[in-house]
Amino acid sequence: MSLIEETDYGTRRSTSDKTVSLTIDGFEIAVPEGTSVMRAAMEAGIKVPKLCATDMVDAFGSCRLCLVEIQGRAGTPASCTTPVAEGMVVTTQNERLKKLRRNVMELYISDHPLDCLTCAANGDCELQDMAGAVGLREVRYGYAGENHLGAAKDTSNPYFTFDASKCIVCSRCVRACEEVQGTFALTIDGRGFASHVAAGMDEGFLGSECVSCGACVQACPTATLMEKSVIEIGQPEHSVVTTCAYCGVGCSFKAEMRGNEVVRMVPWKDGKANHGHSCVKGRFAWGYTNHRDRILKPMIRARITDPWREVSWDEAIGHAASELRRIQGQYGRNSIGGITSSRCTNEETYLVQKMIRAVFGNNNTDTCARVCHSPTGYGLSKTFGTSAGTQDFDSVEETDVIIVIGANPTDAHPVFASRMKKRLREGARLIVVDPRRIDLVRSAHVEADYHLPLRPGTNVAMLNALAHVVVTESLFDQDFVRERCEIDAFADWAEFVSRPENSPETAAHFTGVPAETIRAAARLYATGGNAAIYYGLGVTEHSQGSTTVMAMANLAMATGNIGRRGVGVNPLRGQNNVQGACDMGSFPHELPGYRHISDDTTRHLFEQAWGVTLDAEPGLRIPNMLDAAVDGTFKGLYVQGEDIAQSDPDAKHVIAGLSAMECVIVQDLFLNETANYAHVFLPGSTFLEKDGTFTNAERRIGRVRKVMPPRAGMADWEITLALAKAMGVEMNYAHPSEIMDEIARLTPTFTGVSYAKLEEMGSVQWPCNEKSPEGTPIMHIGGFVRGKGNFLITEYVPTDEKVGPRFPLLLTTGRILSQYNVGAQTRRTENVVWHEEDMLEIHPHDAEERGVRDGDWVRLNSRAGATSLRARITDRVAPGVVYTTFHHPTTQANVVTTDYSDWATNCPEYKVTAVQVAPSNGPTEWQTEYREHSDQSRRIAQVVPVPAAE
Amino acid sequence: MDSGKLVYMANQIGRFFQNQPEAEAVANTADHIKKFWDPRMRKAIFAHVDHENGEGLQPYVLKAIQALKSEAATPKV
Ligand code: SF4
Ligand code: SF4
Ligand code: SF4
Ligand code: FES
Repeated sequence: MSLIEETDYGTRRSTSDKTVSLTIDGFEIAVPEGTSVMRAAMEAGIKVPKLCATDMVDAFGSCRLCLVEIQGRAGTPASCTTPVAEGMVVTTQNERLKKLRRNVMELYISDHPLDCLTCAANGDCELQDMAGAVGLREVRYGYAGENHLGAAKDTSNPYFTFDASKCIVCSRCVRACEEVQGTFALTIDGRGFASHVAAGMDEGFLGSECVSCGACVQACPTATLMEKSVIEIGQPEHSVVTTCAYCGVGCSFKAEMRGNEVVRMVPWKDGKANHGHSCVKGRFAWGYTNHRDRILKPMIRARITDPWREVSWDEAIGHAASELRRIQGQYGRNSIGGITSSRCTNEETYLVQKMIRAVFGNNNTDTCARVCHSPTGYGLSKTFGTSAGTQDFDSVEETDVIIVIGANPTDAHPVFASRMKKRLREGARLIVVDPRRIDLVRSAHVEADYHLPLRPGTNVAMLNALAHVVVTESLFDQDFVRERCEIDAFADWAEFVSRPENSPETAAHFTGVPAETIRAAARLYATGGNAAIYYGLGVTEHSQGSTTVMAMANLAMATGNIGRRGVGVNPLRGQNNVQGACDMGSFPHELPGYRHISDDTTRHLFEQAWGVTLDAEPGLRIPNMLDAAVDGTFKGLYVQGEDIAQSDPDAKHVIAGLSAMECVIVQDLFLNETANYAHVFLPGSTFLEKDGTFTNAERRIGRVRKVMPPRAGMADWEITLALAKAMGVEMNYAHPSEIMDEIARLTPTFTGVSYAKLEEMGSVQWPCNEKSPEGTPIMHIGGFVRGKGNFLITEYVPTDEKVGPRFPLLLTTGRILSQYNVGAQTRRTENVVWHEEDMLEIHPHDAEERGVRDGDWVRLNSRAGATSLRARITDRVAPGVVYTTFHHPTTQANVVTTDYSDWATNCPEYKVTAVQVAPSNGPTEWQTEYREHSDQSRRIAQVVPVPAAE
Repeated sequence: MDSGKLVYMANQIGRFFQNQPEAEAVANTADHIKKFWDPRMRKAIFAHVDHENGEGLQPYVLKAIQALKSEAATPKV
């Protein structure tokens, strides 16, 4: 193992297909047109000294260290800003250039502290390297003159420091923040000697708009911007490439290590989902992996009111297995089941569903994708024939019109949002359909052409109205529809959307968005060039979630925006492996590869491979499991990595279900909320402690690589194997790669996938099989997976969760950049400085009416329950709408959400709850009681050492 | 299982298909329930049809459930 040193080519790669030939230091070189002389030299293995250039940002030409001579040109041009030309003859090194470079370096060093030996960047400092490269041997000026050596250090950001005394004002950080991240938090303030890097209005990093993505830290050639972890630990000595375990963007990182200690996570430039960029979560928020709350020993207890008792792995697994078998003996084969999380790897998820089907002997398997993207699977498979997004992320580079519906990419999918913003700065147009004024609507150098702030729960009305305009104004793509789609289905659909009840004028009544705005947005989408839809949980988490997905698919097909780069229908998946969890057969009705359990051929294939008979009937979904538990027919649950007590709707009902079970087994890192109702706790492993794969939102399968042994002794997949074995069935795998081999053998879209292939390609997008051995970046080129595209009638059915005199406001929920989902991980990192608690956003008008001031405690009531939290008054939300996040268990936002759900998949309607808001004094009784209960429930019995016999 | 909830869910499914010709709407509703509901949920709604005359179910949804019920009663050859 060694430290992966990525080559810095100094300037960006040119994408031109025209080639230019030139000579550098006597060597003939051919490179794409538009390449800089610096990059051309680097590609030939000639390193031109440089300081202000780096290949993640545009060249700036300020340091003058990269000077070269070019035959026939006067002076010494900067190689970073000079493009190659045919027949050019370049010299990168001679006496004149050497001298000039030394002079430049001398000036830099004369205003730079010479504490190299104790500097955190020692060994990883480009200034140091360049001093060596140019042969600097003396500094004639001394420190007597004016200098910056005493400049103050900004340590306000929890993860990195800014030491102004070491800054060479190369502006790489400023350009990284602008070009890579798109936040524009940094500027070079002042002129000449006074020029310095300023965060925001010189208010320090934490106080500025900085979102702590780390791009500037990575770009900085000196120790000025430096990770605190490196300052504390020292430089890493080896690195391992792995995949971020947070969101569905699936960024590749180098875990840079010293022994078994992570020094830092650095985004990997070769990562095809992120191309070297990251967000605060993946880059910095990994401290939870060794947080003191982690449980490292298996534990059991007889009753949920007892304290936990630490036991051996054998005892815990033996107990779990015998309880599950006892329950099956007493209540029947179908009285137990299991749930996995989308945080689990593909291999873990596959294994759990296999255990449930083959060892439990039923199909009671589900995944938390149930509560987020199950409608995506259903909606897209009915229209296109496959349950996945259509594009790769790179496709956005060719998009002319972006529609974002019910998603907040800058917070939830930040690295992709940066790509999107880059494209928008290049001139792409933007339509945002969201009740809330998300950051994309207006942020630095980005402004939506149209924001349609619809009332929560009216997505279908809005999409039908957009379709109405497309059809009635003849803006649809006739050729595409004729060639690629079911023509009769199109005709029925066109007739349906053309009806007056689907006109923008009618929709305006439901959505609250003026008809003219809807019409203008529809025209832009249909006629603005390549148009792509990106959507999130604001689409799926509704009683008409599946219908909305179909409505988007209809719209994309009608306008011919499917089957090439720049277009498509793209779900932005919440958690890292939502796509994978769905692919792997975690749903109770489907075997891996989205094949229904009642399909005899598929079932026989699995029966043969697993040597068992499988039940042909679908099993229970998560909400059905809880209903059945309350009903007394479901008694035992194995939960891997999921926290349904916090994340699922109508928390009181979830708790009633869990409390009614006789054996709940929780496998997790922490004693989460669900564990409060558990009888067995099996300590899980973090993504750093195991091998496997995640599949991101663009169907990209990426490797998760073990960088340290599992702290509790077993990787999650090994725990599942042990449980299956204790229940009497041996499943033999020596390594997760063998699980992937089995998946590939049994799943047509995965036949070409193997760890060897992933090693070779870095990552691959399914379908990856004989037809597409290198994977499939864009789906449905030339034809839909189902053959012809299918239009479905998507009637708008208002949700039954209606506002009225008792509950006059609509609550909608979401998440923010620094926190992730239920927050179990991010709350255990320094990220809490950005989000200490969940707040209720409320419009000034609604707040005033209720006598609520900013920061006041308010009580949030719905027909399901009540909770209290503090209010933030903002016009980001429309009057009549309130908004909160659900990252903190004390908030208990899900006590308020109801059990309404998507008609097709039972995905909960998180995004619409009728509520009332009133001032309050603090937490509700339920919150206080709940807190007490969970404190009680988390007790671990202290083992009293038995005195040794005398 | 709470039959009220199941009736609500079944009607919700039926509602999506209601724009289709009745025979199709009935068949698609039945198919969806068959494909996604665990047997105990189906059994509970059959019991609701038997004992409460399917109270609360939309007419074509009731038809769909009845179709499923008779299919379940027919022994497989
Ligand atoms: S961390 Fe990211 S957002 Fe903050 S200043 Fe650096 S590049 Fe900009
Ligand atoms: S902080 Fe680093 S990247 Fe930014 S100007 Fe200073 S030396 Fe350059
Ligand atoms: S949380 Fe998402 S965007 Fe951020 S680093 Fe991880 S995968 Fe990338
Ligand atoms: S690297 Fe070219 S001018 Fe600085």
